[in-house]
Amino acid sequence: MIARCRAWLPGLLLALATMVLSATAHAAPLSWASDAEANVPFVFHDPADQSRLTGYEYEIAQAIARRLGRPTRFVQNDWDGLIPGLQRGLYDMVIDGIEITPEHEQGVLFSRPYYMTTERITVRRDQQGLDTLAALHGHVVGTLKDTTAERMLQADPSIRIRAYEEETNAYTDLKNGRLDAVLLDGTIALYYGTPDPDLKLVGAPIGQVAYGVAFAQGNIALRDQVNAALDGMMRDGELHRILARWKLWTPAMEALTGDASTPDIAPEAWDHYRAATAPTAGWRARFDRYVGFLPLLLHGALLTFAVSACAMVLAVGLGLALALMRRYGPRWLGALATLYVEIVRGTPLLIQILFIFYALPGIGLRLSPFVAGVLALGMNYAAYEAENYRAGLQSVARGQIEAAVALNMTHFQALRFVVVPQAVRMVIPVMTNDFISLLKDSSLVSVITLTELSQTYVRLSSTYYDYFGTGLLIGIAYLLLGLPFVRLARMAEARFHTGRQRRGHI
Amino acid sequence: MARGELVSIIGPSGCGKSTFLRCLNFIEIPDSGTVDIAGVTITRTGGRWTRREEDAAHRLRAHVGMVFQSFNLFPHRTVLDNVMLAPVQVKRMPAEAARAEALALLDKVGLAAMAARYPDTLSGGQQQRAAIARALAMRPDVMLYDEPTSALDPELAEEVLSVMRTLDHEGMTQLVVTHDMRFARAASDRVVFMDGGEIVEVDDPDRLFVDPQDPRTRKFLRSVL
Repeated sequence: MIARCRAWLPGLLLALATMVLSATAHAAPLSWASDAEANVPFVFHDPADQSRLTGYEYEIAQAIARRLGRPTRFVQNDWDGLIPGLQRGLYDMVIDGIEITPEHEQGVLFSRPYYMTTERITVRRDQQGLDTLAALHGHVVGTLKDTTAERMLQADPSIRIRAYEEETNAYTDLKNGRLDAVLLDGTIALYYGTPDPDLKLVGAPIGQVAYGVAFAQGNIALRDQVNAALDGMMRDGELHRILARWKLWTPAMEALTGDASTPDIAPEAWDHYRAATAPTAGWRARFDRYVGFLPLLLHGALLTFAVSACAMVLAVGLGLALALMRRYGPRWLGALATLYVEIVRGTPLLIQILFIFYALPGIGLRLSPFVAGVLALGMNYAAYEAENYRAGLQSVARGQIEAAVALNMTHFQALRFVVVPQAVRMVIPVMTNDFISLLKDSSLVSVITLTELSQTYVRLSSTYYDYFGTGLLIGIAYLLLGLPFVRLARMAEARFHTGRQRRGHI
Repeated sequence: MARGELVSIIGPSGCGKSTFLRCLNFIEIPDSGTVDIAGVTITRTGGRWTRREEDAAHRLRAHVGMVFQSFNLFPHRTVLDNVMLAPVQVKRMPAEAARAEALALLDKVGLAAMAARYPDTLSGGQQQRAAIARALAMRPDVMLYDEPTSALDPELAEEVLSVMRTLDHEGMTQLVVTHDMRFARAASDRVVFMDGGEIVEVDDPDRLFVDPQDPRTRKFLRSVL
């Protein structure tokens, strides 16, 4: 399962060629993707300054780009979306601790390994034993899904595996007693298992994992350039220096690079991370930390608001059109609208978002994440709005249209001046509810690389292990966003019902 | 009907009086027959209601006002707006002129003080008078009334009937489907008796009520008088 790369000499030549070329060539940005949410120590937001990306793989990516003479462009994407995004051409490469396995090699092209580590077992500090794979027999063990660690655990059917998407959740469940142990890569175990006073790493390293840079199948030219850059970094010790700063230099790396030196490099990146995430003492420090979250919260809230507001406009317009088609259009048009409503209401929103973003490029329709998110949300809610409006239109008495027609209005005028204005006030309360749930459903667009409010929560809470405080902050942010809609609806209702309120004062 | 006439249509419930009235301005589409009002003639011989026929009906409706049993005022607009809406939107009348005319009409039906109110805050009699003002605002040649007082208490009905009498004196042509035999007899120039979807007898009210010719008319009048 480890693809050791022995292409040293050609790599060296290539590296030289790249360096020469890079000095002269026009440098297009090298776009690379990773999931920087809760992804310590690979690529993540510096806990001390959330606007700054950091991580040992972030530094490796920068070093590669420097050697290729190209500026970088970072693309945030959800872990599950990283490889699909590569195949869709959203970016040139993925660096995110992707394990070089035969299964992965079927979907992507790998560079030579840039990092090698082992699996480690983490348990609660008070636990005894459980320090070998065999000792895990019959226990509940957490790991990440689709990893080498998971396959190791699957070899023993008696082990009850809990496969997580986020490593933080695995370690949190271990602390909460939902798991007996966690088996994960040494990198992750070091950063999540050792700093925590409740946890400890036990037993000897198990097996071996190799990480590689992933490219789209067929992108051999870039793969070769990156391989050459990696070779150079191993040879001149840059990779060693990066890993040492992160306290991640391993015996396996020594074997891989043949570099047995022990340079005098302090693990400053590791120390910085530990200091920044140390549990805060006292309300003052905690308050300061929360104040530091505000720019990030604001950014997430703005995105949530923008996506929701645009989607609402689309939902109202399309929904009204659908409702009118169903109620007043010719039969075939009504049937078409009904079909649309049934299909959209009958399938999950999440699938619709993923479909619009990842499947439509297959028929030549490439949409930006924002547009795709707005489109998916708007088209989904249009179906619900259409039903709401249809009910509203139906609630307007038949005599109203007759009166309008008797006054010689056309059908269109009757709708515009008589039916629709009355339907609107029936519809407003339901619409308010829909809009508030749309605001919340907009969190689903985080699966297509948009870091909105809920994704901001995932990032902050998992970085600081603080689900409570950040959860309250995000909750308040959602409430504040929803408030204007509630107010607006109240005002609209009050305005529409001016006539009714004076009932009985004849 | 002659210009300036007031004709009442009476007959047992479900005999087709209202349907007949609603066919006259094509709010309901008759299968066959001819409607001829103020120079616009539409003849139907079955088949689908076509675009061309709808256009003709649109021209015809310009001459016909209608008042409904349940008033059908637009609840989201003030009384004044109810009256102004069609002149401004359909006839493209300037808003100021339409407002002046609407206020004059409301004054005529005794609702000048109610112009700014919403229909829901008015009594039934006031609402029906507002509905008459709304229909008059389109300056029709004929007014159709579909049981205009059936939903009203007697004293409120009287407000409405007196407006209709005033219009009659001014020379308005009016066709009234009604259950109010006293009004039909006292105010009509002619009375139509319908039964089973057809016209049975048309006559001067004094003759029809006193000495009906058809046995069905006799039977009906015996039951209601």
